[in-house]
Order: sequence, then C-alpha cells, then structure tokens
Amino acid sequence: MAPAQVVGISGEPGNFSVKVHQAARYIDMEKCISCGLCAEKCPKKVSDEYNMGLAKRKSAYLSYPQAVPPKYAIDKDSCIYFKKGGKCKACEKFCPTGAVDFDQKDVDRDINVGAVILAAGFQPYDPSRYGAYNYTKLANVITGMEFERILAAAGPFSGHMVRPSDHKEPTKIAWLQCVGSRDVNHCDHSYCSAVCCMYAIKEAIIAKEHSKVPLDAAIFFMDMRTHGKEFEKYYWRARDEQGVRFIRSRVHTIDAVPGSDDVNIRYLDEHGNLKDEIFELVILSVGMEVAPEVMALAQTLGVALNSDQFAETSSFTPVSTSRPGVFVCGAFQGPKDIPQSVMEASAAASAASEMLSEARYSLAKKKPKFAERDVAAEEPRVGVFVCSCGVNIASVVDVEAVRDYALTLPNVAFVENSLFACSQDTQGLIKERIKEHNLNRVVVASCTPRTHEPTFQETITEAGLNKYLFQMANIRDQGSWVHQNEPEAATHRAKDQVRMAVATVALQPPLQEFDLPVTKAGLVIGGGVAGMEAALGLANQGYDVALVEKKDFLGGHARKLNHTWNGEAVQPYVDDLVARVTSHPKVQVYLNADITNVTGFVGNFVSTIVSEGRETEVPHGAAIIAIGGHSYKPKEYLYKENPRVLLSLEMDQALREKNPLVTGANSAVFIQCVGSREPERPYCSRVCCTHSVENALRLKEINPDMDVYVLYRDLRTYGLRENIYKEAREKGVIFIRYELENKPKVTQAADGSLTVTVIDHILGIPVHLNPDVLTLASAIIVKEQEKLAQLFKVPLTNDGFFLEAHMKLRPVDFATDGVFVAGLAHYPKPMDEAIAQAKAAAARAALVLALDVIRAGGVVAHVDPETCSGCQACVGVCPFGAISFKEDEKLAEVNQALCKGCGTCAANCPSECITLFGFSHKQLYTQVDEALAELEAEMEEAAGA
Amino acid sequence: MAEKEYEAKIIGFFCNWCTYAGADLAGVSRLQYPANIRVIRVMCSGTVSPHHVLRAFQKGADGVLIGGCHIGDCHYLKGNYMTIKRMTFLQDLLKFTGFEDGRLHLEWISAAEGPKFAQVIREFTEKIKKMGPSRLKIAPKAA
Repeated sequence: MAPAQVVGISGEPGNFSVKVHQAARYIDMEKCISCGLCAEKCPKKVSDEYNMGLAKRKSAYLSYPQAVPPKYAIDKDSCIYFKKGGKCKACEKFCPTGAVDFDQKDVDRDINVGAVILAAGFQPYDPSRYGAYNYTKLANVITGMEFERILAAAGPFSGHMVRPSDHKEPTKIAWLQCVGSRDVNHCDHSYCSAVCCMYAIKEAIIAKEHSKVPLDAAIFFMDMRTHGKEFEKYYWRARDEQGVRFIRSRVHTIDAVPGSDDVNIRYLDEHGNLKDEIFELVILSVGMEVAPEVMALAQTLGVALNSDQFAETSSFTPVSTSRPGVFVCGAFQGPKDIPQSVMEASAAASAASEMLSEARYSLAKKKPKFAERDVAAEEPRVGVFVCSCGVNIASVVDVEAVRDYALTLPNVAFVENSLFACSQDTQGLIKERIKEHNLNRVVVASCTPRTHEPTFQETITEAGLNKYLFQMANIRDQGSWVHQNEPEAATHRAKDQVRMAVATVALQPPLQEFDLPVTKAGLVIGGGVAGMEAALGLANQGYDVALVEKKDFLGGHARKLNHTWNGEAVQPYVDDLVARVTSHPKVQVYLNADITNVTGFVGNFVSTIVSEGRETEVPHGAAIIAIGGHSYKPKEYLYKENPRVLLSLEMDQALREKNPLVTGANSAVFIQCVGSREPERPYCSRVCCTHSVENALRLKEINPDMDVYVLYRDLRTYGLRENIYKEAREKGVIFIRYELENKPKVTQAADGSLTVTVIDHILGIPVHLNPDVLTLASAIIVKEQEKLAQLFKVPLTNDGFFLEAHMKLRPVDFATDGVFVAGLAHYPKPMDEAIAQAKAAAARAALVLALDVIRAGGVVAHVDPETCSGCQACVGVCPFGAISFKEDEKLAEVNQALCKGCGTCAANCPSECITLFGFSHKQLYTQVDEALAELEAEMEEAAGA
Repeated sequence: MAEKEYEAKIIGFFCNWCTYAGADLAGVSRLQYPANIRVIRVMCSGTVSPHHVLRAFQKGADGVLIGGCHIGDCHYLKGNYMTIKRMTFLQDLLKFTGFEDGRLHLEWISAAEGPKFAQVIREFTEKIKKMGPSRLKIAPKAA
C-alpha cells in the first residue's frame, strides 16, 4: 500500500484495527507493466527528491529504479492535468495497458492486525539553521546525503564526481562532522547520530577512488567514532593508506572565497590557533532526526517519545514501545547504522511473532498442486511466444520476423505473437497451446526473467509442465529499449537470443524439488543475556529449546553489571530473565555443559551435549551461538599489582558492595582503550566509553566533590549515550585526551598510592594525578570459540569474533544455513543491542523452525559419481559448506538442502563432472555456440572456399 | 569470397543478481548501446569457467565480457572472488599464448548501475571494433 499513511488505531494487542489512508497514485498497479512510457512522455519536470534535488524527474514517475512496488505513480501536486484542469493526459494516451486512471480516489481502509511494527526511519538534518556555514548561499557546501547521490553511478551525474556550482571535479574536499548532532545551540540535538563518522570516511575513500588526480580529503571532527565491527581498521586504512587527513576541530565558519566558487573554512586547531583553509567542495556530515510527521504518527498511535524525540524504549525491551503490541525498529528507535537496524527489524518481528505465535499460518493460503506430465521420454517440442509488449518491443523489433524465424529452429513445434504475454488471457492461451500442440517446453521472448520468470513458470506448471522446462529471451529490457534507433540490429539480436533460449531449453530435463523434514526445536549455546533472550524468543514462539551453558549458573557477565547506560538496574532484570527461562516448559537448560559433536544440516542437526558427565544427543533444526565475551586482563597499568587498580566490571562490583576503596575515594581516574584500538587488537570494544562515563557519574553521586578524570583517545558515547557524556561534563568529570603514542603512565609509591601521568592535549605538558582508585576500561575478547566454529563450520574474523554472512544485511546469519549468532560473540556490544540481536537470531531461526519442510533441489549442483575423481577442488570453493567429501568412496557429494545454486563448484571442477542444474556446462556451451552460430557457418564457408 | 563488413561479436556472461539486473535497468532507463552483444545469464559470475570463455573465442567471438557483483556484494558471498582469480589467470594465459590482450574483460556492475552498464558496453564494443576481428575468427577451421 503506497503511498499510504496510518491515521488511527484502536483495539488491543493481538487485535488492533488500524485506519490507513491510501492516497490515489492515478495508476492502476494491476495494469502497470513498469515500461516507463508515461514518464518518458510526461512533459512536466520537477525536482527529484530521491536525488536530493540535484536532478529532475517527471510528474509521472517511479521514485527510484529499485522502488517497491516497481510501479509508476502520478504526482498530483505537479501534474499538468490536475493543475490545469483536464489538459495534457499524455501519459494516458501513451500507456500501452490503459493503466493511467485520473479518476482514482483516495481510499480509507481499516486493517485488522495483531501487532504493529514502526520502521518510520529518520530525516537528514537540514543544515540551513547553521547560519555561519552558509549552506543555503554557497552552492559548493552540500550535505553528505547530496554527496552520496553525486557519487552514485545511478545518480544525477552518472557517478562523475563533480561539484554543483560548475560541474568541475573537485581536487580538495572537506567533511565537517557533527552538523545537527552533539549540538544544542543550533538544533537541540544533544545526541550523536552514530553513523556520520563512518559515512564521512566511506565518502572520502570513494571520492579518492573516483578522483582522477590525487584528491586532498580532510575530515574535521570532534571524536572519531568508529565503534562498529571492522570500522576501526577502516578508519586506520583511510588515514594511513589513503592519506585522508583527520583534523580534530569543530569548524567555526564557512565563507565564500571572492572571485571563485571555492569556500574558506575557518577553524581552531588543537593548539588553539585560528586557521583558514580553502576547499573546492565542503560536505556537511548531517545527522539524523525524527521527522515531524513521524512524531505525529507516534502521537496517533499513542507511542511515547523520549527527550530526543525518538521512540521511548527500555534497554531490556529495545524494540517495544510504550504501547503494548506496538514495536519499533531502525532509526526511529534511536540513531543507528544499517546492521543495527537490520537486527532490530528481525527483533521486532520476533517480538510480534512471540505475541502472535498461536495465530501463525491461520491466514496463510496454500497453493494448489498440479499434476506433472512426464516428458522425460519425449523429444523436445518447444513453443515460442513472442511478445510485443504493446509498442514497447514491437515498435523497434520486428516481432513477426522473430516469430517466423523461431519456427525454423530445431525442436520448435509452435510459435505465436502476443500483445502482452504476461496478461491474464495470454497466460490462459499459453496453457491451451501447450495442450493443443503437446508442447513440452516453452520459450517466451519478452521482458526480463528477473521479474517475469515466476509468472510464466506458474503458468506452465498449471498446464502440467515441470516449471524448469522454461526459458525467457530478453528482447525488451535488453533489446528494443536499448537499441531504439537500430531496429534491424535489435531484431537480429532478438533472433539470436531466441535461438539461444530454444537451444538451451531443449537440453533442459525436468528438475525435481523434494521436501526434507524439519526438527522443530532450537539449540542455543551460551546462557548469558543474549543466549537466554534467544532461547525465550524461540520458546515463546512455541519451539522446544535446549540451552547450553558452560558454567554452573545462568546470566553470564550481566551478573557483574549494575546499570545500563540510561540507569536501568541490571540485576532485577537478569533475575527475572533467569526465572522466565528456567520455568519455561519449552526450555531445557544444560549447565556445566559443552557441545562435543554436531552432525547434520539446516532443519536436521543433531548435537551432542555433555553435561555433568552425561552425554545427550539433541536433535534441532537451528542453532544460535551466543557464547559471549570476556574482559581482557591487562598486563599494564599495575593491574593485579596494586589493589587500587580495577577493571570496569570490578568497579561495578566495588560500587555494588559499597567498597570503602570507592566510597571513601577523593579522586578517581579511568583509563580508556586498555587493550583496544591497538595493533594487537585493532578494534574498538564499543561499550567501555559509555561504561566509564556511567561509573564516573555514579562516583559523582557518591561524592560530588570527588575529582573524577577520564583519560580517553576518542570519547565514543554514540547515539543517545552522548547525553550522559554531556551530563558528566556538566557535573565536573574531567576528560583528558591522550594519544596512542603517549599513553598514560601509572606508578606506585611504597605506600601503594598511585600516580597517573598523562600529557594534557591542550596544555601539552604532563599532568600528574593521584587517584585513590584507578579503573581500566579493558578490551572485550572472545575465548574458546574455535572449536565451536569448527563444529558448525562457521568462520571467525581475524579478531576472533564470529563472522556473519554479511556485515550489513545479514548481521545474525551465517553463510551456513540454520546457524545464527548473537551477543558479544559477534562483536562487543551493550546489553540493549545484545538483546535486540538475540531476538533477531530467534526470529531468523524461527523462520527455519516454522517450516513444515525444507524445499531442496531445483537449481542446485550435482556431482556425477561416475566421473568424479575425488580431487576435492569443489569442496573448498563452496561458500555454504554444502559439499562434503566421502572418504570411503573418495567422492564429493553436494547436500542439496544447503546448495544455493551459484555454480562456483561446477566452474571449478576440472573434469566438469559437476552440473549446476538449469545452467549445465552443455547448456552454457550450447548458448555460446548458438550465439556465434552464424559466424561458424561463415567460417566453415570460408574454410571450404 | 568477398570480404564482408566486420561485425564485432561479443558474448556477455552476466550474473543474475547484479550485472544482468543492471542491464535491465539500462533498458528501463532507455540507455542506448550497440547491439553487438549476446547475453548469457548465469546465476553467479563464479559459474563461468575459463572453458566457457575459451569456447567463445574458439567459435569466433571478438570479445567476451564477464559481469558480476561488486566485491563484497556477491549474492553467493564470494563467487566473484573466484571469478577474479579465474579470469585474471585466463587473461594472463591468453596473453602468454599470444592472443591479443583486452578481448576478455571483467566488470563489476550493480543492479543500480544502469548508466554504468550502458557505458561499459559502449566502451567495450568500441574497443573491440577498433581491435578488429579476432584472429581465431579469420583463421579457417583446421580441415
């Protein structure tokens, strides 16, 4: 339903009635074939929002090429017909399917749902309010979002990096961080937007790649916040390998340079000197904010917002809003990047599914099954249907000639033209023709298989044919549309593509799909917060769960934490969580337990759990790895040598136990990045800055006069956590920055008193501190993960964390199906994120467990045992661990349930004994041969002559 | 036999998820490029083996273009890493055997890069046209 908007809600969790106002798009989505003629013919040009106003679009438009649904719409606000009362209608005249409908009306709908998920996103901050930055006046001061569009190959300048004023390629670019973030003066956004440091670095690196000359790229920042997985290394690469300049300063003013389009930046350097530097382009790294209409939506739904206008949530229920049954994910929950948004999306789905598990599948409709004709013994009889797509194909390609040509090809038994091959009546006709002419294979020459193959496959299935006995020849998207001025060449190409399709479909045998049973139970490894939340997520959706914990208690490191960053007490939550887990009838807890063996694959694992001397074989359909992390035990800073030196978690303990060392202290120091962001451990441990700031505040609570110092490299209180950093500064906590090359020095006197010496970055001189207690914010590491990684055949990063299938888009999945990851084993993270990831893992695992069967087969690889030499060249290249080597027979074998059909193994097999069904070697060779068939005829002729 | 005008023949192996989709987008955007190419859709550029490419040259193709997802974007996680390895190896091998350099080209084009797709096809076609017919094509088949 787009464009649509929620205008009201009533009812209760499990049974909401949601009022949706669906605005007319003036195009019938059923009829629109996305050919784009309406946009081509539309005479009205308006600013293109998708390209940040840097390009134009028409009033009849598709928001962007990958828009979902991929259907056009008419923008009423600019359309000439609506503006001038009935004139124009060019789109209606040219639309080949009659999809344009100016009489379409807005519709109000009432939708009955059990749960609501809000994923309303953010809007980029509008920097016009920064008067001294002159964003509105200077053409070459743009936002990061605008620069994204400039860099995009599909953007306004086709990916040519040019600046707006004169379309010249800039050779010197500056990025200004924290525009609209960490700033209460211009915008009342005290929070950090959490993503801008990374996007600025990314843009700088891409800009350098795009630039023909060595580009001078400079990033002006306050704290470099690269706290995500693999982010720190990216930052280092930008600085050390790409030569991006990082300048620690908040820029004061941007001015025009008279007589040129360049701009001047005025700033104070680290030593307090006022500097001016001229750049050819300045990019403002604008932050995120909640849009006013989203705030209004929150009000409509009765969802509370926090002081920064994001949806109010608790750290322990990070995707639940204040209104039961209404969940939230993504940037509306708080500023965040893509991986975190994706995790929360799955977490919200899990939370909703837990609530609605009883109703699962109650509204699902099953597709009818059609009997399949056995064509194995038949000679190929191919039917070729050549589509005109209205005028889309026929105006360029001679479709009758293509049809006549097709009839001359071997194995072709029937040919026909159609106006729209995808229309309902043509589908019916194809079915009839299959029966009438006893066709056993079908080629449709029309648009792209990427959108229409499933439609035609369904049609031939209904006519009793195996759906794989089908090929498309793309003569529109890769034919008539791209060779508009060369009708002959386009027709020639269309004939060739049809010949290739016919030849390959003739070689196609029917492919079988088969069903494998699913063990509807989960295995969760790790009994910390992430493991328990994941286990409950699955159990609440109705699946049995085995929860395996190495220690003799549940709770993990959360047992040692006092508060979350926003002050919520951890222990009551953990107690309650443990109680919910241990009392849940579907959760079986194994303490003092270990996994010693794993066999099977997605849907059908069997793992051996050894617990207290007993061995249990547990069948499960999916597994979640949540083994957590550990704190690095430093060898530096007198840790374990002086009782006044504590780790962060020991400071929590001291605070909890009201240890006189802490309660009686007059001075306290925190040292950040102990073991993190160093060559040995080149990653940020993500939680330590916030943890230290939070404990610094606790100390100030105990004794407001206590001298509290935090020695840091970059203060990384990302997102809304920035608010407690601000609070700490207001309460007199002193932050002193140090450099990696100039680490603080800790010495002790004979009486055990400590001296911490650090070079003050402003004064440039050593400062001596004498803390009564020193807290080391030590790194988070993973232990004993290799064995588990081997058992489940999943990879690890160089830093020892589990490596997910895709850093951005699949943050809880492994490439190996049915195995998922959550919590600190994936990367250091605070409790709210660990809980969200645990719920996400539960949602992803439930997708497997909810299936009655796993469908395997179809386009998968197959090893011919007759010709396999057992060389194992295929085994290593499979990204999905789907190929195993059978030692006894010295043969490779593909597990079709795990195979994704990429064919990399087939290409690697030296004897070509692996076939990717549907894309066999023979079919690929044949397509090559057919593509060049005319040439061969000529060559033979030449040879004979 | 009279010399027929040389018409460059180019074979494209495009992965379903990125370059083939980019080619579709070029169509939706009505971006024009020469019609010398014949496209073979594969699920992943990693499906293409050096043998498939050699077959195309054997049969007289003047150019072969392999299109995959950008590194890191592979639908099958690392298929395109295999493509790089195989095709750079094959490029070296072709050079070593004395076959003209540049007739085998590898390009990463995403589903969103319609303009890039059209530009790559235009440039590659132009290059192949300038290079003239492949020697394998002119050479008559061994009797």
